[in-house]
Amino acid sequence: MTVTAPPIELRSVTKRYAALRAVDNVSLFIEPGECVILAGHNGAGKSTLIKLILGLIRPEAGSVRVLGEAVGTPAAARARRHIGYLPETVALHPSLTGAETLAFYAHLKGLSTDGNTALLSRVGIAEAARRRVGGYSKGMRQRLALAQALLGTPRVLLLDEPTTGLDPASRLLFYDIVRELRDAGVAILLSTHALAELEGLADRVIVMCKGQKIADGTLGDLRREADLPVRIRLTLDTDPIQPPEGWRRLGANRIELTCAEADKLNRLRDAQAIPNIRDIELEHPGLDEMYAQFLRREDA
Amino acid sequence: MNPTPILIRKEIRDGLRNRWVLAITALLAMLALSLGFLGSAPTGTVKVDPLTVTVVSLSSLSIFLIPLIAMLLSYDAIVGEIDRGTMALLLSYPIARRQVLAGKFLGHLAILALATVAGYGIAGLALQLAHGGLDLEAWTPFALLIAASILLGASFLSLGYLISALVQERATAAGVAIGVWLFLVVIYDMVLLGVLVADQGRIITAPLLNTILLFNPTDVYRLLNLTGHENIAMFAGMAGLSDQATLSTGILVLAQILWIVVPLGLAAVVFNRRAL
Repeated sequence: MTVTAPPIELRSVTKRYAALRAVDNVSLFIEPGECVILAGHNGAGKSTLIKLILGLIRPEAGSVRVLGEAVGTPAAARARRHIGYLPETVALHPSLTGAETLAFYAHLKGLSTDGNTALLSRVGIAEAARRRVGGYSKGMRQRLALAQALLGTPRVLLLDEPTTGLDPASRLLFYDIVRELRDAGVAILLSTHALAELEGLADRVIVMCKGQKIADGTLGDLRREADLPVRIRLTLDTDPIQPPEGWRRLGANRIELTCAEADKLNRLRDAQAIPNIRDIELEHPGLDEMYAQFLRREDA
Repeated sequence: MNPTPILIRKEIRDGLRNRWVLAITALLAMLALSLGFLGSAPTGTVKVDPLTVTVVSLSSLSIFLIPLIAMLLSYDAIVGEIDRGTMALLLSYPIARRQVLAGKFLGHLAILALATVAGYGIAGLALQLAHGGLDLEAWTPFALLIAASILLGASFLSLGYLISALVQERATAAGVAIGVWLFLVVIYDMVLLGVLVADQGRIITAPLLNTILLFNPTDVYRLLNLTGHENIAMFAGMAGLSDQATLSTGILVLAQILWIVVPLGLAAVVFNRRAL
C-alpha cells in the first residue's frame, strides 16, 4: 500500500446486469477529508457504485481499490475494518437491543465495546440503548445504523441515501457528524436525493445518469458547467419607476437582472454605476437546479 | 480475531430470544412424552425399559419432524438476510463469506442440538422416573438416537442453506425447502418401495438397495437407529434386516456426515459467487 494512494480509487469500472450497464466506465477518486456527493435518479447506478467499492459485487471491467488495496483480495477484506457503511435500507436485527447491536458490530471489527456508550450518546439514542431495536422508530434505527458506521474511527465512510425519511433534527445531527468526520480527514462518499441540504457539506458533486458519470466537480465547477443564469438583485433608496436597461422591477425599491454565470462579474461592475444602491444580492442556482440541468442535457 | 464465534453467539441469542429454542424443545418433549407413555404401556409385563421401546417410535417421528424444523431454521438464512439488507451490512465488515456461512450454520446447529437434547432428554428422564427409576444402561440407544437426530438435523440444515444460497426470493426458498423435505422424507421411500415390489429382487439386490438408501439422509438415519443397536433392531422388527445389512455404523455415520459437508460446501461456493 502506498502512502499516496487515495482512500477510494475506481478506474474505468463497468458493471453489467444482463444487458443493463448499471455502472458504465466510471472513474472516481476520493481524497482524505473530501466529502463527495453522489447524485442521480433511482437506478442511476449510485448504490451499485457503493457496492462495488465494498466488494459486494465485482466489476466486469476496471479496477476498484479501497485504502490502497484491490477489492476482492484478503488485504482489502482486512482493510474493511477502516470502512464505515450505512446501507440504503437500514436493516438491523430486531431481537437485539441497541447496545447489543453496536457491541456485535464492534466485535466484528475486533474492537472493544468501551467507546460504545459515548457513540450512542453522540447519535442521541443512549437512553434507548437497552431497548430492543424492533421497537425503535425509523429515526432511531437510522441513528443506530449511523453509530455502527462510525465504529472504530473509519477512514472511509460510504453513506447510501442516509437521510431519506429522517426528521429535520436527525438530519442536522447527521450533517454535523459528517462535517466533523470530514474535517478529521475521513474520505466520504454520500449518495442522496436531498441535494439542497448538502450544499454546505459537499466538496465535490458527482452526477450519475444511466450508469455513467455525467458531471464531476466542485460546486463552482458545476455551476460554470451548468451555465444556469445568475440573478443579481438590487435594493435602492428610491423606487425606480423606469429601471435601467436589462433590469426588471421586482417591487418597491427592488430591481433584478438575470445573466450568464460567465458574465456575472462584468454585470456586477456595471451595476455599481446605478445610483442609490442600498444592498446587492446574488442568487446562484442551487444544487437541485444544476442537477436538473445536467439531466435535461443528458436527455436532450 | 476470528469473527465466526461472534456470529455463532448472535445466532444462538437470536434463537433464544425469538423463542425458537423454547418452541422446538417443547414440541419435541411433548411428542416424545406422549409417544413414550402411550407406547410403553406393554413394557410392564416384558420388563423392557420404556426408553428402548420409545427409541423405535421416536426415531420414526424424528424422521418427519427434525428435517422439517431444520428446514424452517435454515431456508431463510442467506436469502432472507440478503432480502432484508442485513447481509450487505454484515459483509461490509472484515468477515469472509465462508465465515458468515460457518457462523450462521453452527449457530443454527447449536439451537437444534440444544433443543433436541433438552426436549428428548426431559422426556427420557420423565419416562424412566414414571416407570420405576433411572436405568443408565437404557440410555445408550436413547443417547445414540439424540446424536443421530442432531446429525440428521445438521444434514437438513445444510440442504436448507444450499437452497437459501441458490434462490433469489424467500418465498421460493420456503417452497423449495418444503418440496425437498417432502421428497426425501415421504416420496423417496414410497417410490423405492413401489419399485422394489415391482422388481421382485431381479435388478435391485440387497447391496444395491443399501447404496440407494445412502442417497437419502433420512434413510441413513433410519438405518443408523433401527439397526444400529441390537435391542432396538429387535423391537423395530428390523432384526432380520439388520442381519443382512452390510452397511456398518461407520459407513452410515460417514454417509450422514457427507450429507452435511457436501451441501454446505456447495452452499459456500454458490454464496461466494453471488452478487448482493
